[in-house]
Amino acid sequence: MTILTEEQARAILTKVVAMSKADECTAQLTGSTNGNIRFALNNVSTSGIVDDSELGVQVAYGKRVGIATINQFDDASLERVVRRAEDLARLAPENPEFVPAVAKQAYKPTDTFSPTTAAITPEYRAKVAADSITPCKNEKLIAAGFLQDGQSFVAFANSNGNFGYQRATSLDYTCTVRTEDGRGSGWVGRNLQDSTSFDAGDEVQTAMRKAAASADAKALEPGKYTVILEPAAAAGLVSFMMNFFDARQADEGRSFLSKKGGGNKIGEQVYDPRVNIYADPWAPGAAVMPWDSDGLARERTPIVENGKVMNLDYSRYWAQKQGKRAVGTPGNLLMSGGTKSTAELIAGTQRGILVTRTWYIRMVDPQTVLLTGLTRDGTFYIENGQIKYPVKNFRFNESPVIMLNNIDELGKPVRVAGDESSFVMVLPPMRLRDFTFTSLSDAV
Amino acid sequence: MGLGIGGAVVPSIFGKAVAAEQLLGALDVAFKKRLADAGLNAATAAGCSYCDVRVGRYLRQFVITRDAHIENVVNTESTGVGIRVLAGGAWGFAATNDLTPEGVATAARQAAAIAKANAKSQTSPVQLAPTPGLGEVSWKTPIKKNSMEVPLKDKADLLLQVNAAALGAGANFVNSLLFLVNEQKYFASTDGSYIDQDVHRIWAPMTVTAIDKATGKFRTRDGLSAPMGLGFEYLDGDKAQKYVSPNGVVNYGMSYDMKEDAVAAARQAREKLSAPSVKPGKYDLVLDPSHTWLTIHESVGHPLELDRVLGYEANFAGTSFATMDKRDARFQYGSPLVNLTADKIAPGSLGGVGYDDEGVKTKKWDLIRDGKLVDYQTIRDQAHIVGKTESDGCCYADSWSSVQFQRMANVSLEAGKSKLSVADMIKDVENGIYIVGDGSFSIDQQRYNAQFGGQLFYEIKNGQITRMLEDVAYQMRTPEFWAACSAICDASDYRLGGSFFDGKGQPSQSSAVSHGSSTARFNGINVINTARSLG
Repeated sequence: MTILTEEQARAILTKVVAMSKADECTAQLTGSTNGNIRFALNNVSTSGIVDDSELGVQVAYGKRVGIATINQFDDASLERVVRRAEDLARLAPENPEFVPAVAKQAYKPTDTFSPTTAAITPEYRAKVAADSITPCKNEKLIAAGFLQDGQSFVAFANSNGNFGYQRATSLDYTCTVRTEDGRGSGWVGRNLQDSTSFDAGDEVQTAMRKAAASADAKALEPGKYTVILEPAAAAGLVSFMMNFFDARQADEGRSFLSKKGGGNKIGEQVYDPRVNIYADPWAPGAAVMPWDSDGLARERTPIVENGKVMNLDYSRYWAQKQGKRAVGTPGNLLMSGGTKSTAELIAGTQRGILVTRTWYIRMVDPQTVLLTGLTRDGTFYIENGQIKYPVKNFRFNESPVIMLNNIDELGKPVRVAGDESSFVMVLPPMRLRDFTFTSLSDAV
Repeated sequence: MGLGIGGAVVPSIFGKAVAAEQLLGALDVAFKKRLADAGLNAATAAGCSYCDVRVGRYLRQFVITRDAHIENVVNTESTGVGIRVLAGGAWGFAATNDLTPEGVATAARQAAAIAKANAKSQTSPVQLAPTPGLGEVSWKTPIKKNSMEVPLKDKADLLLQVNAAALGAGANFVNSLLFLVNEQKYFASTDGSYIDQDVHRIWAPMTVTAIDKATGKFRTRDGLSAPMGLGFEYLDGDKAQKYVSPNGVVNYGMSYDMKEDAVAAARQAREKLSAPSVKPGKYDLVLDPSHTWLTIHESVGHPLELDRVLGYEANFAGTSFATMDKRDARFQYGSPLVNLTADKIAPGSLGGVGYDDEGVKTKKWDLIRDGKLVDYQTIRDQAHIVGKTESDGCCYADSWSSVQFQRMANVSLEAGKSKLSVADMIKDVENGIYIVGDGSFSIDQQRYNAQFGGQLFYEIKNGQITRMLEDVAYQMRTPEFWAACSAICDASDYRLGGSFFDGKGQPSQSSAVSHGSSTARFNGINVINTARSLG
């Protein structure tokens, strides 16, 4: 009983909210079924299925909050979890930043569920592994990869009469292909809500091609280069920057979006005028839940428009304090671009470096969002519109803020997953001037 | 892949939120043995050649503060049973939170079925290095004060006093936290071991921020504590555990004075706002243990994990430059002064346990001796690959529901054999930088090219620490960096640092690990300037 229907969920949540004697009560039910298969050295190494479900109850007496959770849903268990949350709330210190539960919201459903993805079987996962491994074996290449798919639901209700229910699915596939001698490495990643169009046999060809083509890499001097970042390579940098769009941090003077003398940079030109970033829970192919973790309804929100910062993320507490209207925190990150594919951007490049993927990105200086990280799994030198030869990997020290002021051209956006980001992202490949590589890496 | 981004740590991933009083007490050992025997018997009856059962209760408490108030208190508990079996030469694993003998037996049969299915495509059967059956044994982290028994009010009061101290000393903002962990782990195997362990860990991090509103500049200084395998006594502030550097910076050993460090952090964060920017170039670096642990972790600990060397982590964490041919050829990993050991036994360390998660008694061994690569870190099914007859005891699972696999032991730089203080080390430095605390970190997927920042940077000129510097990071290539090690202080300066959240595997698991060192000097390291302008 991991995935409940709306009726089942509503029945439990209504009961829970009615049981509470506290000033207010919010209850949330979640459930998920996730399957995975992992392979390395052309063999399946592990596979499994994890089912999980949980009821969380948050109650408040004045500004005192208590939270308790349980994974059994009979009446006695429901009663127990409500009383435990109430007991914890009575003992809790007052939170001066307490904000009451959200008022009744109007949610317009988003397209987050695919029956095809939800129907994935262990046999399907085994086939994905086989479709990845077999062509590699045939070409004397070595595959290592991971497929994770899942379906889930979220439902919640509160004592203000608010209620929400929706199901979601996702599929995330990555595969690293290496040459037998370890001198070449390629990678491919696909992140989808609907698995209908997914074909591991097709996808792995990209990683195989890059593995074979990246052996015999030449060393270029570190320095400033024109680069083409494939969407997966740009994702780590851009999503890292978006973590610093918090209004409170900016208003408090500890963000790259703080203004000298106080205040924040809303309305200021921070990026090249071609930069447009927005969040939209209904985005086709990149939909997210129509509410945020507080239950606040999400809206289509411009974040950067023609290079100007349009909106920052206000917590409900900070919005109230600053006299702003709080809207749901974005769940996706959508960047506009042009119409060209990565291949077409390459064709229009006189001299530059193609970056397949970026790796181990960490903050160096939050003042400027200076990030460091490395290229990985396919880095190539481009001359006169053609890939000439593979080059050794580089370490970069670059700020996405500076990078998005050095745009040469943006290509057609595609959906990508970041190694360490929770955003659903749609990003264009981008050709950028003066991207800063500071040293060479011997890693393949 | 390595250490996670600090802010991404979400307490709820660790289990169910529970009331504080439920963090006390433990499951009865006889009850755990009954569950374990049910699993072992069911697996044996299903034709498995080996089975281990882990009955785990994982308790965590997080106390999170911001400036003058408590933001959140989260208590979590996760209890269940993980069963791993060998059948037909392949592994199978299943886990259940059904704490009945029938539930555990059912999960054992599921694990057996998975193993038999996996055996069909297995190209070479799993070989387990032998480990003796130990009978009924137990081990407990040698703590003086159980953190879970300290009243929540005392913890909240301590953190609010820490925050008040920082704000009183000139900080604009301060965030402080307590992360407390108790792993109650029962392990049983068909080798005849029944091992009951009670493992405790503590971490008390903080970040202090200073702002210059007029210029828009802001700087932070993180606390200089280390996560430790200790009880709440770590926060007693024992003066004997203070290590004062030649320029008065206070570092800490097996005991931490959080309030004192908060005051220093506030003053140093403010000092950073006007400190001069470093001139890039080659410098001799003098690295405090509060910094060096992270460099050891990334450039020695990870590349010497045998599963990475073999290619099992190629799709995520990566592989390793330290390939097996280099071990065979006794590759020169560092200068002859450099001796790096692995252990799972160091008192106060995060990795310190009596037995690992496949019932192997823990120990200490050499990885790099006199600068040469001599060994890796292994578990039972890897030992034979490197010609060993026993596991190194590096097996760990972060939950009863996760399958155990090879994780990093404590990897530490041995103290120098000759008497040498930090002051004497610095006297010999003409043009250098003294670095305290860990900062930004990044390393490639084969662990060659790395870049590290820090918390505090001080210029050394002609044997003297002269002034604070800012915007410092150093770039290194692993073998060249360790070859540049020119001096290591003696054992009187030896301290542990470490990570509470080291990530690896798909799905990702988190483990905690310590790294010890004395202050060490590395000559001629490439330092870059990290200041940029956004216009």
